[in-house]
Amino acid sequence: MDQFGARGKVLAGGTDVLSMMKQGLLAPEVLVSLKNLAELKQIYADPARGVVIGALATHNDLADSPVLQERYLSLCQTAHHMANNQVRNTGTAGGNLVNAVPSADLPPLLIALGAAVTLVSTGGSRTVKLEEFFTGPRMTVKKDNEILTEIVIPDNSFTGSTYHKFGLRRSGALAVVGVAVAVAMEGDLCRDVRIALGAVAPTPIRAFKAEEVLKNRPVTDQLLEEVGRCAAGESNPISDIRGSKEYRQDMIRVFTRRMLKKAISEGHV
Amino acid sequence: MSMEAITDKHGVKRYLITLNVNGDSYTKVVKGNTVLVNVLRDDLDLTGTKKGCELGDCGSCTVLMDGKPVNSCLVLAVEADGREITTIEGLAQHEQLDRLQDSFVNHAAVQCGYCTPGMIMSAKALLSKNPDPTEQEVREAIAGNLCRCTGYVNIVKAVLAAAKAEGGAAR
Repeated sequence: MDQFGARGKVLAGGTDVLSMMKQGLLAPEVLVSLKNLAELKQIYADPARGVVIGALATHNDLADSPVLQERYLSLCQTAHHMANNQVRNTGTAGGNLVNAVPSADLPPLLIALGAAVTLVSTGGSRTVKLEEFFTGPRMTVKKDNEILTEIVIPDNSFTGSTYHKFGLRRSGALAVVGVAVAVAMEGDLCRDVRIALGAVAPTPIRAFKAEEVLKNRPVTDQLLEEVGRCAAGESNPISDIRGSKEYRQDMIRVFTRRMLKKAISEGHV
Repeated sequence: MSMEAITDKHGVKRYLITLNVNGDSYTKVVKGNTVLVNVLRDDLDLTGTKKGCELGDCGSCTVLMDGKPVNSCLVLAVEADGREITTIEGLAQHEQLDRLQDSFVNHAAVQCGYCTPGMIMSAKALLSKNPDPTEQEVREAIAGNLCRCTGYVNIVKAVLAAAKAEGGAAR
């Protein structure tokens, strides 16, 4: 990638890059395939770093991973409801992040879980928190000569997490809004919470104010409604064919409340 | 692993790939931008696999790669090198249709027929992994295959009936 710079493009699953190229939206001179790097397909728990997801793991690899099923079932569920089976067998977790589509499903939950990504170039490697990775629609901090090799979810105190893609169909639909939450409960007090929203801003965003509203207060339905309202106010969606700005904001309110309730009472689901 | 490449006088590179398709091994010379579905249809005359949207939305080009359904319009031929591909032509044994194919015929699950090969390949992959699926699981498995004629009801019936028949044979 050092040699080709902006003229080159990394090819992982190809479900995004090839369809963009066919539509004339992308015209790299050179595609560099990562497909034969088997080590980047693995999903494992590293005692020192947390759960590591190789960038080339497909969505179905995530859905079927015993490690994720045990630790973060929410991530398996998210992957299982993406696109359709053919795309889930081909498209990769790393690709879903690098393409940086604002409605992508993996970023909100991974941000809620505090994940980071490893970017590697011939000059070395660096770690970037996923919430600092995205800079705009289809834009990230990754340089042209860097390759995203892995996603790391550091060990944490979260007792529950979940994601809901609210789409217009059950399959093959982009998110109208995507709401991910991770909570660390102690009795009925929420000691830590992260709320990440997709499809309602140029990049996935954290709802910081809403998080503060919830922290260290006894959880009631009324409080969750207040948190939902706050999150809706923090979002900045556009109006398009899938929904108006007002509709999206109201759905953020509804699903933030529901997802918090689910993660608080059911764990990582 | 590097792939053998031949460069012609115009500077276009071609690559030597070996595909295992329906149990037979084929060695072909392809350009870097050739997609799998075109090798199957144009080079191997396996035109049962259809091309619809060519963008990975419709599923009419579904084939099994190492047993898993993929959209062959979004797989580069060079990336399929060394893989095992099953197309709709690989299901019937001589004159004997696969149970799924029989079931599609018997349940009138075919109208114009364009989605049928892809639909059957997705269903085949499901039944290999899960011989006794629920209706929900069948619907999820074929969610990436669009049919614009029959409306899925008979397709789902056909897959469920084929699963039942296969289970019966095993018992």
